[in-house]
Amino acid sequence: MKELVLNLTRPEGLLAGLSTGTAGLLVMCASCALVLGVVAVNGMFLVWWERKVSAHIQCRVGPMTTGYWHGWLQSVADGVKLLLKENIVPLLADKWLFMLAPVLVFMSAFMAFVPIPWSADLIVADLNVGVLYIAAITSLSVIGVIMAGWASNNKWSLYGGMRAAAQIVSYEIPVGLALVPALMAAETLSMQGIVASQAGGIWNWNLFAGGPFTLIAFGALFLGSLAEVNRAPFDLPEAESELVSGFHTEYSGMCFAFFFLAEYSEMFIVAAVASVLYLGGWHDPLGLGLVPGPLMLLAKVLLLVFVQMWFRWTFPRLRVDQLMFLAWKVLTPIGFINVFGAAFWLLLA
Amino acid sequence: MMGASAENRGFVLNMGPQHPSTHGVLRMEVHCDGEVVSAAQADIGYLHRCKEKVAEEETYFKFTPYTDRIDYLASMNQNLGFCIAVERLAGIEVPERAEYIRIIVAELNRIASHLVAFGTYGLDVGAITPFLYAFREREKILDIFEEICGARLTYAYVYIGGLIRDITPRHLGMIADFLDYFEPKLEEYDRLLSYNQIFIKRTANIGVLPAAMAIDYGCSGPVLRASGVSWDLRRDDTFSIYDSFDWNVVVGRGEMGTTGDTWDRYIVRLREMRESVKILRQAIRQVPKGPFQGKVPARLKPKYSEIYCRTETPRGELGFYLVADGATAPWRCKVRSPCFSNLSVIGELAPGLMIADLVAVLGSIDVVMGDVDR
Repeated sequence: MKELVLNLTRPEGLLAGLSTGTAGLLVMCASCALVLGVVAVNGMFLVWWERKVSAHIQCRVGPMTTGYWHGWLQSVADGVKLLLKENIVPLLADKWLFMLAPVLVFMSAFMAFVPIPWSADLIVADLNVGVLYIAAITSLSVIGVIMAGWASNNKWSLYGGMRAAAQIVSYEIPVGLALVPALMAAETLSMQGIVASQAGGIWNWNLFAGGPFTLIAFGALFLGSLAEVNRAPFDLPEAESELVSGFHTEYSGMCFAFFFLAEYSEMFIVAAVASVLYLGGWHDPLGLGLVPGPLMLLAKVLLLVFVQMWFRWTFPRLRVDQLMFLAWKVLTPIGFINVFGAAFWLLLA
Repeated sequence: MMGASAENRGFVLNMGPQHPSTHGVLRMEVHCDGEVVSAAQADIGYLHRCKEKVAEEETYFKFTPYTDRIDYLASMNQNLGFCIAVERLAGIEVPERAEYIRIIVAELNRIASHLVAFGTYGLDVGAITPFLYAFREREKILDIFEEICGARLTYAYVYIGGLIRDITPRHLGMIADFLDYFEPKLEEYDRLLSYNQIFIKRTANIGVLPAAMAIDYGCSGPVLRASGVSWDLRRDDTFSIYDSFDWNVVVGRGEMGTTGDTWDRYIVRLREMRESVKILRQAIRQVPKGPFQGKVPARLKPKYSEIYCRTETPRGELGFYLVADGATAPWRCKVRSPCFSNLSVIGELAPGLMIADLVAVLGSIDVVMGDVDR
């Protein structure tokens, strides 16, 4: 048992556990259960929170009854409802792809939680290619989205799937470029290493490491990741006023819930990545170390998630060509300039 | 089917009759090449309720409530249009107090209707919040109407010869309070949506309707005025007592792009609300004392005659063509609805737009399917 705990808390946690047989398997299962719990609770909390945030932006109050205190049980009730609902598969849909798609989308969101460092000890697996791993895993979701759009046998869903494909693939590039300045400043790809390089207060954060360039890179990363997770003003794949609901129009019950959960998990992931890369991860702004790491990271992530929600309930939606224009003609050149600018800045500093 | 004839090529997308952005039961047959629309046809008739035939079966009085349901977002204006037509047909005098109150309710309803247009237009381009702001204000107007006539949507308040019932100073106070509350909100809308860069990018230079084409298709109301044609029946073929107020006709000037683009159609409605507030402020100060109902025979039987009477509703020219043959019901009633003509340009505007633009253009035309189909 002691070994199990040690394995979980050692920096290389999961991977080290793999080599030690049965105990490794147990650790793996425990980590999976833990991550799954975090994903589910996070999803339910963010859904409730978004409903409250949007309500207050729109002069409403949102759910108030379920659970007696500001409708805090609303998401749980919705979850139970979705579990009990019939899972409708359209007659002419490609049944296997249709059922597989939400699993794929959810899986990519779920797996991206693995290398996020919550404190010096608390991390599922500190991969030496952590940042690359997240970039790769999160872009896997596009396969599920296209699959959902195609398998539904619905023209609107197909449009949603095609838009998602174009959008996510295009935004990989500016997002990838926006990651680079932080990596150069930290000189490592390991998430834990990046956080460690930002210890000691707000001025050591990567946000300020490369002068103006890292600041811009952070902005580009945030915008680009909004597009990658299909959030407004880039929510074209599910634009409900144009494409009804885009790729998940035909989904119901738990399959729909998986898409929903994945969306909210991805919101959390991109906010966590931005926090780890540029906002010092689990370090507090004053460098005192008084606040526990997980709480500090959570605060930063929730702040960024709040900004995402704020955007969604304020801005109109871009058009497809404008979205592509932004990715290829604005964010990508800026990304290249940033990479070189930050490189020179770091070299001279 | 209406609109430009479309060759059957490319991908055919069936938009509606159940679709979040067709503003009711409109079906659009959209031919696309990828995201680009090559042709679009509007398929109408899903909300046809035989209004014109009903008019031939019911008495003039009994048809007034039916007019509520033609354009259900501007019932007061519909009542007013029909009542003025019958009054002109039968030569009925309307007392001055009733005229003032008619203007007040019609302009309030115009604001309510434009608020729906503004709010749903936000939804069409993906901004969800303005919708709730607009409905918050509209709610106050509906509350006032509920106090005045007991109904919130289908009022049947304007009546042949005058009104169903009188209004009290308390109602006028409510309206004055509403105007004080509402005017600053218009600036809020501008800050939130009208001058938002994404919104301008989405709407400027999109779906440009040239003035000549607008006239050819018989467009009217904000759709025509946005194309730069200064034409408002309240001023140009005046009815009721609109000529005694000081207000301006708003026209599109192409501030963000080309005259007659989607942004112009949007902004004309917002600015018209301001003009309506102007009219209302003057009207509530001047309401004279007196009867609210003129002398109308209990059995209204106009002699053989015919009339075409047009009024300006929030959506444009609403015309009633009535033929009387001495009976209690008209021999023929033809309703010329503004939305039908306005919608017919969609076939001309659609080619070359993207799907998202098509939704934006359709929203800017502000169709009410009840008005199109009747």
